Amino acid sequence: MIQRKTQVYIGCMAALVSVFGLYNFAIYTNDDSSYEVRLSPAALKGQELWQQNNCFSCHQLYGLGGYLGPDLTNVFSAENKGPEYIKAFLNSGVKTMPKFHFSEAEKEALVTFLKEVDQSGYYPNYNATIKSNGWVDIEYKDEK
Amino acid sequence: MRPSNRTDGLISSIKMKNKVALLYLGTALLALLLGMVFGILSGLQYVFPDFIKAILPFNSLRPFHVTSVIAWIILCAIGGIYYYLSISDVPRLYSDRLSKIHYFLFLVIGIMIYYSYYTGNFGGKEYLEFPPYLILPILFGWLLFGFNYYKTMVGKVKNWPVYYWMWGTGILFMTYHLSEAYLWLHPDIKNNFIKSLAIQWKAGGSFVGSWNMLVYGTAIYVMAKIKGDDSIGRNPKAFFFYFLGLTNLMFGWAHHIYIVPTAPWVRYVAYGISMTEWIILFHMIYEWKKSLPEETKIKNLLPYKFLVMADVWVFLNLILALLFSIPAVNFFTHGTHITVAHSMGTTIGINTTILLASVLFIVNQIQSDFNLSSAKKGFRIFNVSLLLFWLSLLVAGVKRSHWMYFSKGTPFSEMQSQSHWVYIAFLLFGTGIFIGLLFITLPVLKTITTTCNAKGLNEIEK
Repeated sequence: MIQRKTQVYIGCMAALVSVFGLYNFAIYTNDDSSYEVRLSPAALKGQELWQQNNCFSCHQLYGLGGYLGPDLTNVFSAENKGPEYIKAFLNSGVKTMPKFHFSEAEKEALVTFLKEVDQSGYYPNYNATIKSNGWVDIEYKDEK
Repeated sequence: MRPSNRTDGLISSIKMKNKVALLYLGTALLALLLGMVFGILSGLQYVFPDFIKAILPFNSLRPFHVTSVIAWIILCAIGGIYYYLSISDVPRLYSDRLSKIHYFLFLVIGIMIYYSYYTGNFGGKEYLEFPPYLILPILFGWLLFGFNYYKTMVGKVKNWPVYYWMWGTGILFMTYHLSEAYLWLHPDIKNNFIKSLAIQWKAGGSFVGSWNMLVYGTAIYVMAKIKGDDSIGRNPKAFFFYFLGLTNLMFGWAHHIYIVPTAPWVRYVAYGISMTEWIILFHMIYEWKKSLPEETKIKNLLPYKFLVMADVWVFLNLILALLFSIPAVNFFTHGTHITVAHSMGTTIGINTTILLASVLFIVNQIQSDFNLSSAKKGFRIFNVSLLLFWLSLLVAGVKRSHWMYFSKGTPFSEMQSQSHWVYIAFLLFGTGIFIGLLFITLPVLKTITTTCNAKGLNEIEK
């Protein structure tokens, strides 16, 4: 016979899973344009190359990825960096970086991907505001 | 028919007609050792950039290392569950055949994944770098496991203790979040960079929470069996913490992406939920104080010592996790080795320690005269090395954070050069962890191999 305690646990589980379902629906369908950057076909090609070559095992985007190489979120717009700087590195095989053999079109696609990532926000977010309750208001791109 | 006693020290008084659980455990231990070797090779590349770069570049080594360690955790947890369900009358594993199919399926997929990494054939996202189509047989394996588990339990066992709930939900949520991790294949998500990144980390954070359910369930099971007190898994407090853990699994993942420009409500929810973990921390401190005299009674049991050590690692990592779940702290720790320290502390310090306790508990059952002296030596080397490794990662993280926020203009390569000695330290301490694990795992592997090769245990039951 099922004890009352078990019935309560089953009830708790049902409630929790229901809230989880709604929460997931909200996350998956959240289409707030202020937080969205739609990748162009060229950038999507660049993203595919990024994954096929496992670039995030060394590099980060928004601080997510490996730590052997630098974060590349804003490498496109950073001072003294930019498209030519990125292209120069791609096939260089410098230090631990593998010796890639990207064609000019592939290099262009990767640069476009990094350009559009750059347009999505800032990392590190130097102009964020740290609040006394522990919260951080990050600066969004184009919010000035 | 019960198996007869053997003369070479292997105890066959336990019902073991399905040795696939031992195959799981043996394969898991091999994956752990391989994962450690790949970790050391990665550490060598940190220190000597050209080291075997032409054969195994870092973009292959890292997934080799990560996948092997994840395989260790998952295979050992699954093997333990199959074992515990195989040796009891109630519940009794529904299908031994399904568990064998499950094992060989995972084995073949594992070999295919290794091959894809070796040939540089990636295509997935971080932590699931293999070509995406390989997720289909993996999901099928989880479905087989889930089917076998629920057919074993539902209707046959009433009023489940908490560890059965944890294993049951761990399997379901693992299946769900592994599927979720591939939502990026949908064009609407794939071309929405921020949403895709958020869902990737939602899935990643939650499938770690899912395997934690399997591992922590194992810890409670082993603890209950060692103490001979099943109330550990039945009292309302155990269920309170189970539901708290499950809530964090579902909603607490977003501290990974506080800094990513998602909708603020996603981060508010994560901040609120993550802070509930303070309750776990305070409870642990309270319980420790209360249970000290009792613990001394069984302090000489090695599996128990592993579980107590896992508690210490839970304590250290919970403090770390709680701190960087505060957005103001996370702001400085995100994207640094402090995050790595946390993941190493949890996967090695907590998960590995619990799973080793489970393996030693099982080995003690199948061979009562199992010699523990090597494992005891390994236990000491492992824990001291891990603590130093963990601390060196924290130092590397602080240095990186300082570079990011307080020394603007210093090139990345210069920061890396300045951190060189820290990388040497974590290479050395990582090697120490490997040596400690060799002392623990080699005798265990020998016993498992002997048991698997021993005819009779399998046949007598037929």
